[in-house]
Amino acid sequence: MAYDSWEKHISGCGLSAYMDESGKRSTGDDIIQSIALLHDRSNGLGGGFAAYGIYPEFADKYALQLFYDNNTVQSACEELIHRNFDIVESGPIPTRKVFGIGPSPVIWRYFVSPKESALDMSDLSEEDFVVQHVMEINRTVKGAFVFSSGKNMGAFKAVGFPEDVGDFYRLDEYKAYMWVAHGRFPTNTPGWWGGAHPFTILDWAIVHNGEISSYGINKRYVEMYGYHCTMMTDTEVMAYLFDLLLRKHDLPVEAACAVLAPPFWELINHMPEAEKALYTTIRSVYGSAMANGPFAIVLGSRDMMLALNDRVKLRPLVAARKGDVIYVSSEESGIREICPNPESVWMPKTGEPVIARLKGEPS
Amino acid sequence: MRFSYALPEFLVERDLERCIRCKVCVRQCAFEAHCYDEETDTVSVDSSKCVGCLRCVTMCPTSALIVRQNPTSFKENASWTGRAIKDIFKQAETGGVLLTGMGNDRPYPIYWDHILLNASQVTNPSIDPLREPMELKTYLGSKPDRLDIKKENGKLTLKTRLAPQLELRMPVMFSALSYGAISLNASKALASAAKEFGTYCNTGEGGLHRDLFQYADRTIVQCASGRFGVYRDYLQAGAAIEIKIGQGAKPGIGGHLPGEKVSEEVSKTRMIPVGTDALSPAPHHDIYSIEDLRQLIYALKEATRYEKPVSVKIAAVHNAAAIASGMVRAGADIIALDGLRGSTGAAPTRIRNNVGIPIELAIASVDRRLREEGIRQRASLVAAGGFRNSADVVKAIALGADAVYIGTSALVAMGCHVCQICYTGKCNWGIATQDPYLEKRLNPEIAKERLLNLLRAWEHEIKEMLGGMGINAIESLRGNRLHLRGVGLSDTDLDILGILPAGR
Amino acid sequence: MKRVYAKEEICAGCRLCEVWCVVAHSKSGDIVKAFNSEFPRPLPRVMVEEAGPFSFALQCRHCMEPPCIEACMTGAMFRDGAEGPVLHDPEQCVGCWMCVMVCPYGAIARDVTIKKIASKCDLCQGEEEPSCVAHCPNEALVFEDRG
Repeated sequence: MAYDSWEKHISGCGLSAYMDESGKRSTGDDIIQSIALLHDRSNGLGGGFAAYGIYPEFADKYALQLFYDNNTVQSACEELIHRNFDIVESGPIPTRKVFGIGPSPVIWRYFVSPKESALDMSDLSEEDFVVQHVMEINRTVKGAFVFSSGKNMGAFKAVGFPEDVGDFYRLDEYKAYMWVAHGRFPTNTPGWWGGAHPFTILDWAIVHNGEISSYGINKRYVEMYGYHCTMMTDTEVMAYLFDLLLRKHDLPVEAACAVLAPPFWELINHMPEAEKALYTTIRSVYGSAMANGPFAIVLGSRDMMLALNDRVKLRPLVAARKGDVIYVSSEESGIREICPNPESVWMPKTGEPVIARLKGEPS
Repeated sequence: MRFSYALPEFLVERDLERCIRCKVCVRQCAFEAHCYDEETDTVSVDSSKCVGCLRCVTMCPTSALIVRQNPTSFKENASWTGRAIKDIFKQAETGGVLLTGMGNDRPYPIYWDHILLNASQVTNPSIDPLREPMELKTYLGSKPDRLDIKKENGKLTLKTRLAPQLELRMPVMFSALSYGAISLNASKALASAAKEFGTYCNTGEGGLHRDLFQYADRTIVQCASGRFGVYRDYLQAGAAIEIKIGQGAKPGIGGHLPGEKVSEEVSKTRMIPVGTDALSPAPHHDIYSIEDLRQLIYALKEATRYEKPVSVKIAAVHNAAAIASGMVRAGADIIALDGLRGSTGAAPTRIRNNVGIPIELAIASVDRRLREEGIRQRASLVAAGGFRNSADVVKAIALGADAVYIGTSALVAMGCHVCQICYTGKCNWGIATQDPYLEKRLNPEIAKERLLNLLRAWEHEIKEMLGGMGINAIESLRGNRLHLRGVGLSDTDLDILGILPAGR
Repeated sequence: MKRVYAKEEICAGCRLCEVWCVVAHSKSGDIVKAFNSEFPRPLPRVMVEEAGPFSFALQCRHCMEPPCIEACMTGAMFRDGAEGPVLHDPEQCVGCWMCVMVCPYGAIARDVTIKKIASKCDLCQGEEEPSCVAHCPNEALVFEDRG
């Protein structure tokens, strides 16, 4: 067995997302409609959504959502969860039969909080404790996979076209102030539900169109900080990078974006001294975290939606605003499909993030 | 002993129809292999004196000379090869340690030749460096794990103060080649080329000649166990300081400059008497353990007000990874690893040919170890020892090196023909000599231009390879072993290198 | 005018300048023929001077007030135009070698191959640069106008 026996799965994709900055929640109908229009950007081998503000009744609990290969795995894994978490409520995630979605794994949801005794013993912060156990399950429990672990949010994904996935998970019955959707066009796939986007850790959810040619080093870089890439995709590593930069290193979003898609030296050389020093330092310290190669990503978190393009814009990304709602999509049509007359539409420049922030209380 | 049993290594043949008896060969051979007889108006050859430097062949205006391996051979014997027998003859005749120059020439595996690079097809566009930016700029020095950046009045403000860094236009530097081992003209060419290109050149342990202080801001000054030429101005002049613990060509022993090469100027620069052998002690006698290294690192940092990165160079040996980890924890900002094929001006043959490990494996295991310990950010990793071309460089970076040192490649660019007789001080190419007749053969301007051309050529090639992989900045290649595949390697080799076999 | 200048600090003393000067002034222009079969073989008009490790190639300096022209009784030595090189016409030369005597640089040679004449550098008239400069392997000879 080679030291790094990874195999990276590559894919092209379509994505759509919107956030209502006022916190007003809407059902999943719009986002399904938008991503359905981008049908041709995916090939039926993976679709998924992330929704924020969907579990107001359990807002302070971590919503662990898992795929199990079978019930045996489930009971083994639940033992592990029991040991470390207090489960407030659990049950299957409601689904409906949909023609385009094949045989499904066992899909279960737990609202939990870390067991105080276990948390104390661990010497970790609450969030690091959750991350560690998610990683542990994904790495060590064969046949179990945590695909969502944030508070008041959830990821929903499957092998299939995204509109069918949305229908399967009955997203029309959820209300969220931010919706993120993704349709996948993998060029090789194990046909595994866990491989669909979004990838999540804690509140972070990420969808991604592109292929990170720096994956090899990004992976080794995050591994140095205790992350384990278990899903064999570059999107996962992007999620961990954001977690590391924003949560652990406490970088401002703009700085994190400059890490992932930094300006060229040519540009840095022409900046005023202070800025030049800033970006030079960012690049020299965080070089291993730069995401190289084509990508357009949307990152969701409790209070923010972030969209970012690679350094040379090798993947499409369009943004628009109407009132309190900020939209991003792979194609302008994906926005106009659900918002025919936006106030403004723009193409974000390379490395220039589109940021929407939650300003009001979710309602 | 008057009579040697050793057969000539080379056979020099002269095409008498083409020879015009211009005597260029006679004048250019410092070993006096060619001889002109006025009486008969002919030039004759004593092949036993030929070292195979090919100076005469290159200079002959009528291409009348051929130098080839002496076809006379000993009776075939897989164990007692001609080389083995000849070495015994030499020792039986001299009673001495066999000396040699340049890097290990034995057929150990060269892993670079068993590693292949990736390129983008369809799913990820390759990038054309002729039309789009392609960045090779590299910073060497200690980096913190995280930066403290705050947003103040809508502007990002940097709160962290970074340790001193070296800025390289591309991750290739000139290796430690000491003045003394090489001529002043060669040193001048290296220093001026490094400065003009935007990389660094390393003084080696020979000190810094006063004429070279003008290039000091692009010079890494070395502090070796002999402390030759080390004084306040020297340390303060350099862009960085390198503590030389070991050298790939001769791990376990100190530098070695034969007295023949200690000329007036070398003596002034090294601060030793003219004509004395400059033999560095095997260890630093103030470093018998890792905590002593820490003291020297900080003594040098104190002496230079923490304004310069301190590098520590070791020969790649069996437990290089553990040693490197200790070096990082001792405060080294740069770890320089010199592999089995690292070169030298003079080394005992047995040591050069039998001690150390290949640089490929050393890079892989050191980089992995530092990552496992979470301290990879704290020091940059510079690899040395046998980089022959830009593809070797790209592979080294992908394995995990931040930059490489090139020594032999630079010498070859200047005219070195790798004949391995540097230790005699009679380099016919004017490079590894202090003989005033010979050193002027190297025009420092031409040598500089040749070095610059080499760097520019490699720069273009590295950009092409990077672009092919869909990468437009070198930092995305660094440690990115996913872009490497092994061919013809064992599972253990692959495991150590941390790469997959081709086809997987 | 452009003259040949030597950089003695990097002259390797190989004397290839002499070799190629001979070739440039030979009939065939072929190096092997020029040396091995042609007659007469021209003398090199550039001479490498050596003293210890120092060496440099010397040739006519093409003085602005050339003593050799003043000393020449037949007009064989002449200047080509007001600013041109100092040239020598072997047809008119009677081999008195007064020019050799007066040249302050010792840059004129005595040629006795066929008859007594003088021999000196003509800067390879008609060529872009003199052959010695073109063939110096170490670029220790340069052809430039230093006023």
